[in-house]
Amino acid sequence: MEFDALLLSRLQFAFVVAFHILFPAFTIGLAAFLAVCEGLWLRTGKDVFRRLYLHWVKIFALAFAMGVVSGVVMSYQFGTNWSVFSEITGSVIGPLLGYEVLTAFFLEATFLGVMLFGWNKVGRKLHFVATCAVAVGTTISAFWILSANSWMQTPAGFEIDPETGNYFAVDWMQVIFNPSFPSRLVHMLLAAYTTTAAVVLAAGAWQVLKGRTTEPTRWQMRMAAGTLALVMPAQILAGHWSGEIAHEYQPAKIASVEGWCTSAPVQGTVLVAWPDGSACGHSGITVPGTSPYLFPNLEEGEILHGIDAYPASERPPMWIVFWAFRIMVACGLGMLAMGVWGSFLWWRGRLDKPGLFHLAAVPAGAFGFLAVVTGWVVAEVGRQPYTVYGVLRTVDSVSPVSTAQVATSLLVFMIVYAIIFTAGVVYMARIATRGFDDQPPGAPDEKRRAPGSPLGAVAEPAETPEDIVAAQ
Amino acid sequence: MALDYPLIWAFILAIGVMMYVLLDGFDLGVGMLTTQARSDEERNMMTSTIEPVWDGNETWLIIGGGGLFAAFPTAYAIVMPAFYLPVLLMLAALIFRGVAFEFRHKAVRPLTKRFWNSAFAGGSFAAAFSQGIMLGGMVQGIAVEDGAYAGGALDWLTPFTLLTGVSVAVGYILLGACWLVLKTEGEMFVRARRWALMALAGVSFCFFAVSLATLSLDSSIGDRWGFSMQHIDFATLLPLLPVPFLGLVLCIWLARDLWMVPGPNSAPDWRPFLLAAGIFLTGYFGIGISLYPYIVPFELTVWDAAAHESALGLMLVGAVIMLPIILIYTAYVYSLFWGKVKPGDGYHA
Repeated sequence: MEFDALLLSRLQFAFVVAFHILFPAFTIGLAAFLAVCEGLWLRTGKDVFRRLYLHWVKIFALAFAMGVVSGVVMSYQFGTNWSVFSEITGSVIGPLLGYEVLTAFFLEATFLGVMLFGWNKVGRKLHFVATCAVAVGTTISAFWILSANSWMQTPAGFEIDPETGNYFAVDWMQVIFNPSFPSRLVHMLLAAYTTTAAVVLAAGAWQVLKGRTTEPTRWQMRMAAGTLALVMPAQILAGHWSGEIAHEYQPAKIASVEGWCTSAPVQGTVLVAWPDGSACGHSGITVPGTSPYLFPNLEEGEILHGIDAYPASERPPMWIVFWAFRIMVACGLGMLAMGVWGSFLWWRGRLDKPGLFHLAAVPAGAFGFLAVVTGWVVAEVGRQPYTVYGVLRTVDSVSPVSTAQVATSLLVFMIVYAIIFTAGVVYMARIATRGFDDQPPGAPDEKRRAPGSPLGAVAEPAETPEDIVAAQ
Repeated sequence: MALDYPLIWAFILAIGVMMYVLLDGFDLGVGMLTTQARSDEERNMMTSTIEPVWDGNETWLIIGGGGLFAAFPTAYAIVMPAFYLPVLLMLAALIFRGVAFEFRHKAVRPLTKRFWNSAFAGGSFAAAFSQGIMLGGMVQGIAVEDGAYAGGALDWLTPFTLLTGVSVAVGYILLGACWLVLKTEGEMFVRARRWALMALAGVSFCFFAVSLATLSLDSSIGDRWGFSMQHIDFATLLPLLPVPFLGLVLCIWLARDLWMVPGPNSAPDWRPFLLAAGIFLTGYFGIGISLYPYIVPFELTVWDAAAHESALGLMLVGAVIMLPIILIYTAYVYSLFWGKVKPGDGYHA
């Protein structure tokens, strides 16, 4: 393998996009969680929800900032490293990204200011509106970016200009609502909710283990465990839906995901596999005859294609896709188990008693992130060797830039992201693990401290109801 | 009547970039000025003037990148590889600066606190400088062959682009200082006026130097303004003369406002910022006159590089509906945070 500009550009894109997706995945879910907390506070007047809001909004501010800065990178990356792709597809996916900026980015970014800094400047209802605007903005953003990415997976509604070779849309509804878009949007949004729930649960479990359990700790664990127990089954169905669409439109991806060697009308489920010298290239442990149950919607007599059905020039790198998929599924099942277990403990009234569950919940906080990244690896690596599936090859998409330039940028991004990732995770973990009651309730001089307040992060502000009344 | 979509989109994009320059310009300027803070309190007061709005301000940059991609993909595909390294510098700078907004408050140890404070100020400068380099790189022209960038990795690096890089940084400092005049009081207010005055001197010099250098750079820019080797074509120059003249008047007016002793009869505190924005506008307009109708100077016009009509039409619908809404809620949020910040106020209490 030669380290040319193409390979380095691919590595760089994989790196910056995998880094970026961690933060939107977390902030989409966290924004929804915050909106729910603030809504419940306004509705019930229970102080615990206000405390939850003011606690998690600080972490949100950090995660959002990291999402913004790593997202700006993405909007330039297409041009710096994939300029040929950009020129050819610009008239089709450009407008989708344009709509993302117009309908989502400004909404999020502008109302984030009110959300973080307006606690004492605007009324409760308006502040709630700002939180909702940010939450809705993150979701709209997911809508457009998933639409654009899904179009790259299952391109539709476009034609190729015979003169320039560039694509243009003939039917925007077909472009936007391309075949894989609905299932992939649902899959991603649910992934965001479960990722956040796993983090919230882990933070709560840590506080329980450290003996810092308070009322907000209990509530955040209940809400997180309940969310996981309810959403994970739906997520598994959404993932399966997504897989069925991929089977229809990208069968080579599914052959790699499943590790099927040869085409057959009935296929088994390969649990694990390892390379060997055989014609297929690998052997593994297979549960035979599962495909009629996993793909019940197949037509009579339809052949399920294995990797052998595709020439080498049409195959995605199987091992990456194969293992990424299994890690994703394992993480998903792990989160389902934590949700069911946690809900059971809630029912038995033992959610706030330290135990094995809490020891397991802390590392499980990373499952959502792991599943999101490996899931995207399945989607993106599985699309290879194309950028626009079946139409535009990756090798024909890259910019005419020198290897030295791409090597420089990759190195810079690795160093910069290593620094900010380490710092960001440390600062977020510091807030998340601290708990809620390590600070005397708001002294008079802390009255005007806003959520996300810098000092508030170092010393938890713990505003009292009197503070809020005084401020309004 | 058929709409000239490429021209309309060039106009929208120009407004988007202008909004970016004015809005993120002042917060990058404040970022650079934090090096002048004498204490943590002062630094926090400076950043608290921009914290609620910086994120929205930076979003206009995505209009620059994303809008160029969407409306002029051919130009995007040429310009981005041409400025590969300056774009990298800008992104790295914006990353450090963006997270430093939050991180500098979360850092506990003095060393990490100092690191994020430096990242904030240094990132602000590097972002401004690299933007100036790209501006200069655009004005000096980009090598294109067969519709793709054909130059080297360091084509953008010339004395001219270094000059424009410094100019943009100095310009942002002027905007930032005028923003502090608007948003602070007391000692910071007095110091900000002094910074603004010094930055204005720098801006005036840069204005002059860049204008002269630009005219000598490419004969087509000289022709546009009526200058050539042999003579000056007044018929071309005179209608354009109000632009630099207005810039000069605004500079003098701003100098006068900043020079006056603050008191009941002095200029209102919002006026320096408005005048500084006006100076930027005249400079921007001057560049527009020099480059029109090229989007990749002097190779591709806006019509050569435009996206397919179906894309421009669809986006125009979105822009016509959404841009006014965006401007309205942006103005609303600015109005929420209107007024002077006080030491120990709000976010930083």
